[in-house]
Amino acid sequence: MDITINKKMVNKSEKEQDFTPVFKINNLNLWYGQDHALKDIKFDIPEKQVTAIIGPSGCGKSTFIKTLNRMVEMVPIVRMSGEIVYRDKNIFQPKYGVEELRTQVGMVFQKPNPFPKSIYENVAYGPRIHGIKNKKVLDEVVEKSLRGAAIWDEVKDRLNENAYGLSGGQQQRLCIARCLAIEPDVILMDEPTSALDPISTLKVEELVQELKKDYSIVIVTHNMQQAARISDRTAFFLNGEVVEYTDTSTLFSNPSDKRTEDYITGRFG
Amino acid sequence: MPLINKESVKKRMGSRIAANGFAKFLFILATCFSLLILGVLIYRILSEGLPYLSLDFITNFASRMPERAGIWAALLGTIWIMAVTAPVSFILGVGTAIYLEEYAKKNAFTKFIQINISNLAGVPSIVFGLLGLTIFVRLMGLGSSVLAGGLTMSLLILPVIVVASQEAIRTVPREIREASFGMGATKWQTIRRIVFPAALPGILTGTILALSRAVGETAPLLVLGALAYVAFVPENLFSQFTVLPIQLYNWTSRPQEDFHMLAASGIIILMIILLIMNSIAVFIRNKFHKRF
Repeated sequence: MDITINKKMVNKSEKEQDFTPVFKINNLNLWYGQDHALKDIKFDIPEKQVTAIIGPSGCGKSTFIKTLNRMVEMVPIVRMSGEIVYRDKNIFQPKYGVEELRTQVGMVFQKPNPFPKSIYENVAYGPRIHGIKNKKVLDEVVEKSLRGAAIWDEVKDRLNENAYGLSGGQQQRLCIARCLAIEPDVILMDEPTSALDPISTLKVEELVQELKKDYSIVIVTHNMQQAARISDRTAFFLNGEVVEYTDTSTLFSNPSDKRTEDYITGRFG
Repeated sequence: MPLINKESVKKRMGSRIAANGFAKFLFILATCFSLLILGVLIYRILSEGLPYLSLDFITNFASRMPERAGIWAALLGTIWIMAVTAPVSFILGVGTAIYLEEYAKKNAFTKFIQINISNLAGVPSIVFGLLGLTIFVRLMGLGSSVLAGGLTMSLLILPVIVVASQEAIRTVPREIREASFGMGATKWQTIRRIVFPAALPGILTGTILALSRAVGETAPLLVLGALAYVAFVPENLFSQFTVLPIQLYNWTSRPQEDFHMLAASGIIILMIILLIMNSIAVFIRNKFHKRF
């Protein structure tokens, strides 16, 4: 029964597709030991749009976003099958280095996690590890990235101060700036506002709208209003499966699956 | 009907507060006891040792005559030994800690190694002396040299440094490692630029405390054949040597009262060295301590 629903959904979304995909996910399965955490995930993520992943706790949404840059492999007991094609290359190919992938696919984490270094050094970290030593280039990258993350005006006079002195919301935007500094193609955001106050949340949401002009963004959120506000397409995950994946307005106004409807109307989750 | 009888609660109140006061008194007593011992020790050593303490005492060699005896050879011997022990134990200890924490797979074998390293930290120092005698002095033919002594001391404090460094590395939050990996950094870049700098204050504190233990050790070096009476300064890694604790031990075991006074003066010097090393450890911890 579940399978037929899934197939119908996938067929429908394929017909709807009128975008250039940046990620194509094919029959992705993932296990933590015996626990089957992701089941036959199959959908495409569009370029230069915001794709939201919603679903109740434990549905596999964080796990899913971490497979996109293979951060999930840091868990020792994880096993995967299927493929994720990023720009025509399967990221699970043995030849494909995780370092190369993560240079293209940056990530912003749930909790702001700046390094215990100065604001400048935080942003310059990415370029530095990729071998950029020229001070002038670094200065430019730092300024451009901080401007890109809409935090330049707040920190431009204290670039050499420790990043831990910033507020939580500022730290998170600094982390976004740090991510922009490696000039990625895709930005993954794993519940980036869950540790922030409403005003900081608003700022990050505005920033996401701004960033999608240049970057493809995948955002995991447990906040349905947030998904409705900022995303172009939304995938609803439940128990490790994609129940529904379509453009955000359709998913929230006219869900085709009963379970999606139940979830977005707050009947469970 | 309330489940808690207010009357009996009220009745117990007095004894609870009394017990609270008693516990506080007990802990103050324990602290005072240690302070008292420390006070007596410092008083005795200062009153015996200060009269003999002079620049000559520091720059003279040991002598049969108490008024001409000094600690120059022992002081330099201690410095030489530390000059070998500090780099060797730091590099090996921190390297081991990084491997165990960052690279080694967590399985039964690494667990076994882990337990054994902790056990080694509790092995009596004389056992390390015998190990050094067998390996460095005899097998490698280094003789009773500064090099053999320094390497033996390194073995002695290695486990302590490994454990302290591991703990320091473990306090580096997972989140900032993830941040580094998430930007395409390799493991080595993450260790060198993120984990190591963040763990460094803890590592250095542990290392310095371990080194101050080595400064005060006598037994392993006696087993190695370090001399008790030395009238020369070590010239290179293969020179014979003595160290401060051995010199002190030698003086205190002589019958003449004057030598006991000399030993007290030597203890003052040794305590000053230890105090300086511990202050450095505290300074590093406060200066570079990072909040996570």
